[in-house]
Amino acid sequence: MTPTYAIEVSNLSKRFGNNTVVDNVNLRVPQGKIYGFLGPNGSGKTTTIRLLCGLLTPDGGTGTCLGYDIRKESNKIKQQVGYMTQRFSYWEDLTVRENLMFVANVFGLAQPCDSVEAMLRRFGLLSRSEQLAGTLSGGWKQRLSLAACILHSPKLLLLDEPTAGVDPQARRDFWDEIHQLARDGLTVLVSTHYMDEAERCHAIIYLYYGHIIAEGSVSEVIANSGLQTWSATGADVIGVMNELKSSPAVATVAPFGNVVHVSGVDGQALEQVIESYRERRGIQWSRTSPSLEDVFIYYMHNNGGRD
Amino acid sequence: MFRRFLAILIKELTQLRRDKSTFAMVLAIPVMQVFLFTYAINNDPKHLPTAVLIRDNSIVVRDLTAAMTNSEYFDLTTRISTDAEGDELLQKGEVYFVLTIPENFTRDLLSGRKPALLLQADASDPSATANSIGAMSEVILRSIRRDLTGSVRSMVNTEMPIDLRIQRCYNPEAMIRYNIVPGLIAVLLTLMGIMMTALSLTRENERGTMETMLSMPVRPLEIMAGKIVPNLIVGLIQAAFILIMAIFFFKVPFLGSWWVFVLSIILFITGNLAIGYTISSLAKNQLQALQMTILVFMPSLLLSGFIYPFVGMPGWAQAIGNCIPVTYFMRIVRGIMLKGNGLAECWPHIWPMGIIILILSIIAVKVYKKTLD
Repeated sequence: MTPTYAIEVSNLSKRFGNNTVVDNVNLRVPQGKIYGFLGPNGSGKTTTIRLLCGLLTPDGGTGTCLGYDIRKESNKIKQQVGYMTQRFSYWEDLTVRENLMFVANVFGLAQPCDSVEAMLRRFGLLSRSEQLAGTLSGGWKQRLSLAACILHSPKLLLLDEPTAGVDPQARRDFWDEIHQLARDGLTVLVSTHYMDEAERCHAIIYLYYGHIIAEGSVSEVIANSGLQTWSATGADVIGVMNELKSSPAVATVAPFGNVVHVSGVDGQALEQVIESYRERRGIQWSRTSPSLEDVFIYYMHNNGGRD
Repeated sequence: MFRRFLAILIKELTQLRRDKSTFAMVLAIPVMQVFLFTYAINNDPKHLPTAVLIRDNSIVVRDLTAAMTNSEYFDLTTRISTDAEGDELLQKGEVYFVLTIPENFTRDLLSGRKPALLLQADASDPSATANSIGAMSEVILRSIRRDLTGSVRSMVNTEMPIDLRIQRCYNPEAMIRYNIVPGLIAVLLTLMGIMMTALSLTRENERGTMETMLSMPVRPLEIMAGKIVPNLIVGLIQAAFILIMAIFFFKVPFLGSWWVFVLSIILFITGNLAIGYTISSLAKNQLQALQMTILVFMPSLLLSGFIYPFVGMPGWAQAIGNCIPVTYFMRIVRGIMLKGNGLAECWPHIWPMGIIILILSIIAVKVYKKTLD
């Protein structure tokens, strides 16, 4: 029986000293889906990913990854998981080809040379195959990392902020590749700080200091936040913005170019506040739907929306 | 300007305070050096084990051997009855001296015929035996003067009443380099082996590549073997290199068994790599790994009998020395090269070294971290 969930863990916990980094996390990622892992820095995304692929031993909780017990069968999990670390972590003093050959041999691929050759071609790395990995630019390093972690045809990809510091074109190529892989049945869990990337995922999970506080598709997460948003345009929106920040009804204020998003959970109170600014300084107000970023910032500033 | 200097000073001190391992080294190395140099190292080693072959039992002879013991340079540990026994003890390194008192020694002495007294010394470690040899004539003279009275007394006042023959075995010219060069093989293999292995895993940790490696289905033993074998090859090349220099450049003899030599060297290098591997599991970065290497290397240098004779060290220092592989390897190399030893003579040093190396290897596997915890 093949599990319908590639990742299924419950009450997962991890402590470092007195610091509980992952606290009773329940996580279910269906097969063939791309799940985005969001959360502020230090919220436990990397730790959770490391727990899933056996790099860390959980202090509590049970679960399976691809049907294998995350505590007892980490070697079987490793065989079918591709893990891409936050920072480039292949061997900089090996060439592109040597890195891939190493991975191919470690995973015991039947035809390592052919697999590597095919992967080099697929990622456009052929012309750079004899270059030392350390001399590649950020974008190429990222391509090499992705190539290396899908070389053994894993069933699950764990990507830890894979596109940090990579240009938009490279990011787009990267996401095209990810969607291609997901269509072939690969499950992907990808942590990111980019909202546009989160919106490319089938669903997102919002981790806040070790707790999952929101989960679902982007529109579900936005709807569930209960956040109401107004946008303001005009001459001195920035001035208004500063005044609005101190108002208790306003949860977040964020400028997007000439437009300012003002959000709050209490719709009526928010409207009252905005009412008082309506006549002033020729600012136009309009109701809008909150963006994922509005929700993200709102959760970040309001202690996970739980107080 | 002063403020900026102060700012940097404070920053450096804060960092130093946080860097526990450097801080520990700052304190540990001087303490270690002072202790080792002042207490452990003795350039005038005494109580050297000595075998005696007595073919003439008399009061004079008994007084003479007693005087040797009283001088504290010699410990008369074994009474032997044949020359062959003496040779064997010297070869195995169980005694440093064999004293032979010939038949009719007393009679010849009393009649002024200057009897011969043979002192065979293990000169493969000249610094250990030099002072004892130097003290020998004085010891004899005093002892005999006390015993001889009356008419024969006058004879002793003028000249040496006996013919003391000192035979330096294994290194007749008492050349220090004969002793140093084989020892250097042991010391250099220790330093290079430990350091290179210690750095290999920490480098992976520091560069983050360890995370990639651990996320792949590799078993600890596979990583360990994969890291150790290249260093073993490097170690063998180094050993061959030093050996070629020793034989062709320093003209150090190589008298013993080649295959025992090679076997011991492989065993010894493995031991060092196990130490290095343990360090590399414990150290957080390459700097720490280097510091720990030095910490392990110092006793190997000072307590192994390389620079300073092992017999000259106090009991506790010998006890520490007995726990490090290089001490045994030092004896094996010197024995093979200078004394022409084979397996039989080396075995008493090979097996304890083997046990220590086995323990070190077990520790190395145990401390290896399979996860990032």
